[in-house]
Amino acid sequence: MINLAGRDILHSWGRFIFTGMGLGLLIGVTLSMAGIYRGMVDDAKVLLDNSGADLWVVQKDTLGPYAEPSSIYDDIWRSIRTMPGVAKAANVTYLTMQVRQGERDVRAMVTGITAGGPGTPGWPPYLVIGRQITRGHYEAVADVAAGFKLGDRLNIRRNLYTVVGLTRRMVSSNGDPMVFIPLKDAQEAQFLKDNDAIRQQRRRTAEDPDFNRPQMSGLLDVVIASQSKNPYVNAVLVQIKSGHAVEKVAEEIRRWKRLTVYTRSQMEEILVGKLIATSAKQIAMFLIILSIVSSAIVAFIIYTLTLGKIREIAVLKLIGTKNQTIVSLIMQQSIALGLIGFVVGKISATLLMAPVFPKYVLLQPIDSVIGFVAVILICVFSSIIAIRAALKVDPAEAIGG
Amino acid sequence: MKNLPVQKRTLALAAVMIPLLVLFIYVALRSGPLAPVPVVLANVENKKLSPALFGIGIVEARYTYKIGPTFAGRVEQVNVQVGDHVKAGQVLGAMDPVDIDKRIQAQTAAIKRAKAQLDEAQVRKNYAQTWAKRYAELLKSRSTSEEMAATKQQELLFAEAGLEAAREELTRFSAERDALVAQYDNLSLVAPVDGLVVSRDAETGTTMIAGQTVVEMIDPNTLWVNVRFDQIRSRGLAKGLSAKITLRSRTGELVAGRILRVEPLADAVTEEALAKVVFDQTPDPLPSIGELAEVTITLPTLPETPAVPNAAVRHMGTKVGIWRVINGNLSFTPVTLGIADIEGYVQIREGLKVNDQIVVYSANALTERSRIHVVDHIPGVTR
Repeated sequence: MINLAGRDILHSWGRFIFTGMGLGLLIGVTLSMAGIYRGMVDDAKVLLDNSGADLWVVQKDTLGPYAEPSSIYDDIWRSIRTMPGVAKAANVTYLTMQVRQGERDVRAMVTGITAGGPGTPGWPPYLVIGRQITRGHYEAVADVAAGFKLGDRLNIRRNLYTVVGLTRRMVSSNGDPMVFIPLKDAQEAQFLKDNDAIRQQRRRTAEDPDFNRPQMSGLLDVVIASQSKNPYVNAVLVQIKSGHAVEKVAEEIRRWKRLTVYTRSQMEEILVGKLIATSAKQIAMFLIILSIVSSAIVAFIIYTLTLGKIREIAVLKLIGTKNQTIVSLIMQQSIALGLIGFVVGKISATLLMAPVFPKYVLLQPIDSVIGFVAVILICVFSSIIAIRAALKVDPAEAIGG
Repeated sequence: MKNLPVQKRTLALAAVMIPLLVLFIYVALRSGPLAPVPVVLANVENKKLSPALFGIGIVEARYTYKIGPTFAGRVEQVNVQVGDHVKAGQVLGAMDPVDIDKRIQAQTAAIKRAKAQLDEAQVRKNYAQTWAKRYAELLKSRSTSEEMAATKQQELLFAEAGLEAAREELTRFSAERDALVAQYDNLSLVAPVDGLVVSRDAETGTTMIAGQTVVEMIDPNTLWVNVRFDQIRSRGLAKGLSAKITLRSRTGELVAGRILRVEPLADAVTEEALAKVVFDQTPDPLPSIGELAEVTITLPTLPETPAVPNAAVRHMGTKVGIWRVINGNLSFTPVTLGIADIEGYVQIREGLKVNDQIVVYSANALTERSRIHVVDHIPGVTR
């Protein structure tokens, strides 16, 4: 018994392979799309992982610090540190801004990390080169995605920061690379206005007779000084002592400190369920459209391939070939096409598309497996139209009827 | 050779399909979550760390003199401009005397009048004394009544009291005049020391209340930097340690200095320790007062101990530790860290020995089950 499908593929293998490759690129885009969605979710999760926190203490009734602005006084951590079950508490600030380096600027999430050492919540958990911050001011650790090198001088607001270390996969939920700088600098960066604004603010204060009293000559200076302070941070990251229930510690802080506290799972819900919900839906929609388009294209390809050899099928029928043989011929070709398409798609998605895509693309093995099953099913179903056309053909056509 | 065309096609097909399959298998195994994590290893070394402290501060003048009037008045003139060097005793400006001249005149006249009154009281007293004496003698010879003698004695006492009052009145007027003269002298604003004028806060005609500043001057030879160190990184801060000062306006230029004193009071709100750092030699040109300065304090070198790069320090939950590589397997070793230096090394007190192999850099977060792939440097990182 000869394999008709194999023979037929060999007959016009070039065309077959190219068709498969074309299909493969389409499947590659679909896989990448799934990867982009996974990447978005992963961005949100690594943000939480990297902060090293079990609890996020934020301004009351806000969804901060990532999904909503939140600001709390920078000495609140002391009282949180004394709560039972709290192992570490650390201030943190987040500010998404353009970080300038020489001629270019990069959108980055500037993260202010509290002084201490590696292992303090909020600090980058691992580096790929360089060292962690050791000076209390004007040093930065950046994500490699930002494109900075060791020793680069970054311009954040009016100060220059030296890049002393690089890390990887430290991104905001939008996928912007993170730049870690000491907390005190970050507080200043978050607050500091440009010099014109500061001067105008000073002038405004000086014109206010309530603040500028001739008989109290020091008052104006004190008022101006108090206007240029920023005693706020965005959140306090809390690590729980082992053996304490996370939810219980969170409840205690909520109750006694009257602040909003999120646990890891709640934070994930906020990030994945709220922050990236719209963009995730967009990607999901694209994924669905691409899947429909791919299956339609597979169906057309198989259909035209079959119609192209309709005369040969008629001959087969004429010589009394069983319908089953013809069905398996078309089906096998279709599946073979799907296989080539999947292999090419997986390779192109991994090697060509993912590395150059500006956002993180996470290609999970489970997605590949689902993709593979989907491709085979789509091929099987789309071959049905072609099979119907093939079975309906009149054997008489073989002799030019 | 009949089958040759078919074989050719099969070969061609295989030539395309086999590399494709190989590539596919490579892609499936070497990328994504199944791929091994590239890591850079290092050994724990014995190192002499020389820790340093880093703080930022503001250039301030140790002595600031605010020169102004001691009573409310109007500025008559200001003789100096900002930036002028002045000598001790130099007149910087003057306040308008307004009515002090006239008041001194009035006081002078009052003094004259008081003197006249004093003379009058003296005469009165002499007269009373003569009469008292005479009546006392008359009383002895019983030529007058006792009442008359007593009256004359009393008149004498009155006259003495009147003299005393007149004398004190004169003292009062003299003192008042002296006070006015002193105020008059105070109208000139005089430099208390040699110094530099840094601000001129009032111009001719401005009305000032007592205590307001007309001219502010500093002693330029006693500049210091008021440095703030985060308390967590202020260990070892002590008087006399040498310091390297970088002024914001002169980046890259190091000026030598030393710690003059460490403030006993720390800033409780900002969690910073404060210290005053003086320049070994006052920089020329003089830095602006209020300029930002970065100060690095070098502490004495520590004895040799095992040390690791701080990039190797990771945490797992609340435990701080280091990933050790034993026979190619990862194991998380909790460690107790010692003193850290500013170049990124940290002492290991407990947990690791010299020559233990540890993970310094990794392309991803590690777990006990991670497969690792040892590299020289993490791929994709430009050095």
